[in-house]
Amino acid sequence: MEKILYLAHTQQDGTLPKVALETLSAAIQITKDLSGSTMMVGLIGQNIQPAADAIAASGASKILGVSGADFAQSRYGSDVKAAEAIANAAGATLIIAPATSRFSRALPGVAFRLKAVIDTHISGIQTTGGTLQIQRWYYRQRMIATLSRTARPWMLLVDSGVFPVWQGAKGTAKVEAVSVALSEKEQRTRVTGVEAPSADAQTIRPDAALLFVAGAGWTKKQPDGQTHSKEAETLILGLLHKAKASLGSSKSLVDQGAEGEAVLSFISHLNQVGQTGATPRHPKGLATCCHGEEPHVVGWRFINERRAVNLDANCGWAQGKADVLYVADAFQVMKKVNELLDKS
Amino acid sequence: MTTAFNIVVCGSLVPDPLQTLEPIQGPTGPALKNEMMLPSVLDPWAGHALFEAANLAKHHPGTKVYLVSLGPKAKLQQLMMTIAQKVPFEFVCLDGPASGFLDSREVAKALASAIEKIPGLDKTKLLVFGGYSSASRDAGTTMQMIAEQLGISDVFLGADELKVQPDGSFRIMERIEGGQYQISSCAGAPIVIGWATGNLPEPPNNPQVGMANMRTIMPALQKAQPAALKTDGIQYASVQLPQQQRQTKIVKDTPVEEIAKEIVAWIRS
Repeated sequence: MEKILYLAHTQQDGTLPKVALETLSAAIQITKDLSGSTMMVGLIGQNIQPAADAIAASGASKILGVSGADFAQSRYGSDVKAAEAIANAAGATLIIAPATSRFSRALPGVAFRLKAVIDTHISGIQTTGGTLQIQRWYYRQRMIATLSRTARPWMLLVDSGVFPVWQGAKGTAKVEAVSVALSEKEQRTRVTGVEAPSADAQTIRPDAALLFVAGAGWTKKQPDGQTHSKEAETLILGLLHKAKASLGSSKSLVDQGAEGEAVLSFISHLNQVGQTGATPRHPKGLATCCHGEEPHVVGWRFINERRAVNLDANCGWAQGKADVLYVADAFQVMKKVNELLDKS
Repeated sequence: MTTAFNIVVCGSLVPDPLQTLEPIQGPTGPALKNEMMLPSVLDPWAGHALFEAANLAKHHPGTKVYLVSLGPKAKLQQLMMTIAQKVPFEFVCLDGPASGFLDSREVAKALASAIEKIPGLDKTKLLVFGGYSSASRDAGTTMQMIAEQLGISDVFLGADELKVQPDGSFRIMERIEGGQYQISSCAGAPIVIGWATGNLPEPPNNPQVGMANMRTIMPALQKAQPAALKTDGIQYASVQLPQQQRQTKIVKDTPVEEIAKEIVAWIRS
């Protein structure tokens, strides 16, 4: 029997992010599976009433909230204080929260203050014989563990894409306000803005159906002994535009810019896929001019259909890492692909 | 205004990403097969943190950089042979496991205690750097717990840039959702930053830097204190390699037109 606290924060527009609604599904499921358990909701944000109303039908026994201008934006000092106050007011044994960047930063600090234990990047939850077990990856998606803990409170940060988005009728929720006063020390940081990448190419877009990954081969010398970075840029941007694909890259290509070598002007660290980059979840992935080395391919763990174009028939993709490997010149292939996409 | 900082970088070793890893059941829980024999590298994001620290030190005379590492002493010694030549730092060694299966709370406790014991550390000038998350546990929780233990209330995670402003405040860019950056301004030290990749290349090896570093590294290794970490907090039901191995179809000696047609059909399907 657990006292479950579902903890979430609102976005700028007062709504809950998608991953928060997915995590709500998880919290409701756990409450059902662990008989005798109850679920409370805790919300943080500038104005939390719209979010509370949106999940009024979730079955929560109580909705606690910390709101106000001080809690509008993501700041460690205020977020930790707010979450700590809600957790204390709830007296929860299990705290389930979405793995947003805001909570991923703040909740480990809350866990320390509450003398709680915490697990992040949860990719699965199950109850076996009345015991809650979670699944998470170790060594950057290279092995998966199923584990449980007896210590309480236990905080769980759930990754996106694991549970379905909770859907329910809107209502009028009663929010019990939890008051939090911030000290001067907790307000030393001010959020001054958000900087978006200047073009679609500069980030991995999770909503795209296809992830197109460019490797360092695009900027290497071609059979004529010259590099063709400009042509590579045109081909890649052409495909991104025509196939509405999202752009990823290998670390070696990203690092070339910093090392003063020929680069693709639109590639940044934000495109990087792999051990020190992102682990995207696109349905399809197409790798080009990339050898499929393990540190890069660990970032492909959640990409369902994988194809690669490479000149080396023995590259990493051929070793069971891709569904199809085309042994061909990516310049020629992508040129033709763009032509065909133009026609279709 | 030029400020000298005390920068403490927390970073340890992880298995070389090119190595094949296999989980086994050890006496105190899950472990890696032949863990002590596996070649290691400095945890990649912690490595970026170290390079950022060195870069900051270069532009702020009087700044001291410390590298605090928790890991098996013998393996840390090997690691230092490569890292020591990169940038100048003073080494603080904690002899203990570097396993990803340890609870981050235990690791944070050990690291924070080691930081507190650094002689002459000025906490008003303290910047604690580390990786966004480790390449072993990959939890992203240790830096915040260190901050809490050290009483630091300004923490940034997934940072790619730190700029010291003329008034001594910091401008920090953190990665957030949708490929965006959150820009924050912080009044100044002390702060804790979990770095992402940053914007700096890996520095080239410099044997002179290596020799200077070795003067502190060898004594630090010799007097490394064993770190007692509890391993009973997590009950692992299983740890296994993902079973997914694809049957790769290799298409070669095929005209470019046919390959392109197949790719387009696949994209459109």
